[in-house]
Amino acid sequence: MYKYDNYDQAMVDTRVEEFRDQVKRRLEGHLSEDHFKPLRLQNGLYLQLHAYMLRVAVPYGTLSSVQMRALGDIADRYDRGYGHFTTRQNIQYNWIKLEETPDLLAELAAVEMHAIQTSGNCIRNISSDQYAGAAADEIVDPRPYAELLRQWSSFHPEFLVLPRKFKIAVIASETDRAAMKLHDIGIRMVRNSAGEIGAAFYVGGGMGRTPMIAPLVREFVPLDQLVTYAEACLRVYNRYGRRDNKYKARIKILVHELGKDEYTRQVEEEFALLLTQGIEPPLAELERIKTHFTDPPFEVGAPEAVDRSDPDFALWLDSNVEAHKQPGYAIATISLKPVGGIPGDASADQIRLMADLGLQYSFDELRVTHAQNIVLPHVRKADLFALWQQLEANGLGTPNLDAIDDIIACPGLDYCSLANARSIPVAQKLSERLAPRRAEIGELKLKISGCINACGHHHAGHIGILGVDRKGTENYQLLLGGCEGDDTSLGTITGPGFSEDGIVDAVEKATEVYLSNKQGEERFLDTYRRVGMAPFKEAIYG
Amino acid sequence: MGDVQFRFRDDEPVSDPGVTVDVFGAQTNAAAVRLEPGDDARDLLPHLDRLKLIEVNFPMFTDGRGFSSARVLREAGYIGELRAVGELPVDHLALLRRCGFDAFAPEPPVNPADAENAFARWDDVYQPTTDGRVPIWAKRHG
Repeated sequence: MYKYDNYDQAMVDTRVEEFRDQVKRRLEGHLSEDHFKPLRLQNGLYLQLHAYMLRVAVPYGTLSSVQMRALGDIADRYDRGYGHFTTRQNIQYNWIKLEETPDLLAELAAVEMHAIQTSGNCIRNISSDQYAGAAADEIVDPRPYAELLRQWSSFHPEFLVLPRKFKIAVIASETDRAAMKLHDIGIRMVRNSAGEIGAAFYVGGGMGRTPMIAPLVREFVPLDQLVTYAEACLRVYNRYGRRDNKYKARIKILVHELGKDEYTRQVEEEFALLLTQGIEPPLAELERIKTHFTDPPFEVGAPEAVDRSDPDFALWLDSNVEAHKQPGYAIATISLKPVGGIPGDASADQIRLMADLGLQYSFDELRVTHAQNIVLPHVRKADLFALWQQLEANGLGTPNLDAIDDIIACPGLDYCSLANARSIPVAQKLSERLAPRRAEIGELKLKISGCINACGHHHAGHIGILGVDRKGTENYQLLLGGCEGDDTSLGTITGPGFSEDGIVDAVEKATEVYLSNKQGEERFLDTYRRVGMAPFKEAIYG
Repeated sequence: MGDVQFRFRDDEPVSDPGVTVDVFGAQTNAAAVRLEPGDDARDLLPHLDRLKLIEVNFPMFTDGRGFSSARVLREAGYIGELRAVGELPVDHLALLRRCGFDAFAPEPPVNPADAENAFARWDDVYQPTTDGRVPIWAKRHG
């Protein structure tokens, strides 16, 4: 994985000192909260309902065991012994003190980490495929391109006061595991007819209150023009994105209002001008970055056989383990969704244990997924049983990847100052109610947001839940038919909303409609797409 | 409008206040113009030769269009004074300078010691702009 050189380290260290100075000016009263707010946000610091929350960047979701261990220690030292893994492949701490933040950031910098641009109206941490470098279906590891763009987007002088936040995802597989088309820019690394690698740019997707699937703006950007093309996309947005209404300020609205063709024309015009400016790093820089993402020293001829005689282990194997490109190896997902638990939460001890397991079993590498789980990307099949035993003994062995109780949920009204309704208790009740039937129900992606901002990705859930405030009481809308993958689709609202208990009943009824209509190997989503909304509506409201 | 608090040029400052883009279009002898956030900097490109001062106004520090205006002008070859005016927090100064501004008239004025720190803070940069600083990637492959 990527290692900082002296330049990268100096940039992050300088940022810590800059923020230390800003916090000092704030505490001394020289900086108003209005002026401090964008500065703290661009260092990941939110003011929430009860305390400050810090969002730490995990670039393209990749962590070393040293970094993971540091995240556990920070949870103990600065939080209340927990960390919360998020849908941006990041980690958040919910009980942070402003005056301690500079020291916390310095501890992160010591392990080549930071919280830079994890919030605010700027280019955010870049996300990627959690199986990058391990997936059998990728044409190339997407992370070197994400790292190139990380450096380009960090402290970019022109793009730190954008109309609104800006999220980029980079993938390189047929299967989209990163919800790429629901990003401001989604990039898919592709091979053209001449066999060259380049980037397809999808621009103007997003969730929030106006969900949109990004249209393809350019089929192939050559590798020696990647940064320049991204800069052109951003410049058109910074100049013409709406600033009169916060809710219409994302690039998806600009692309929608201009139309894809006109937006593309403007980008191409800007791109032609920028090509003369020499802003593109040389290909040698990409090659340098690539040397950090070479395969680990896989054991040739590692055994394929796995002893499935323990039935609980076999369940986990079938649910949480996926094919690896290297014979004898597998990709293992650690579920952070124990039955009745808080989705994405891990204790400091669990975080440190996962760090140890990453070191012992996965060539010192871990990944955070946008579904709020942790991946060990390179596990010898022969080690899977020993790994599972340790996970199982520490509350990390739940066999529910992509099952109905592998729920994505935002922090909701328990923590978030933007939320209209609680998400966590709803997720906990649904998990308790439906986990016993997870095997029968099969793949079903359930996603819960506590407000219209859609941090819980409810638009993209096979079943989505949106918490709203209706005349002072929490009310939950139900959506069916969303999907984040290659066949990206947005969910449709079933009808009137429900109480907290009512939504749990409604979800259960939806699963029953699926089970009674299911044909062959259909997943919930397939059945819904075939039979449509009517039978679900009838069962839920009838 | 505030006075110029920082200037990184050796020539004589232009004292004429900048006219609006509309007036500038009709008035062929003006040497100074003021861009508002909604103005298209590219409308000035045919006239860059006779312009000695372009002011870019930041009525609110949360509106970042002026960052792009500055880069567009410099990339097109403008070499006159490019002055940021309006609400310019001290923490934006170094970024604005990188985008091509070489004069700053913050309103309200900023603490000079904080500004000095801000201008000097970053030894290196990841991105090249027209300010001539060598980006990190170029140093790596020097």
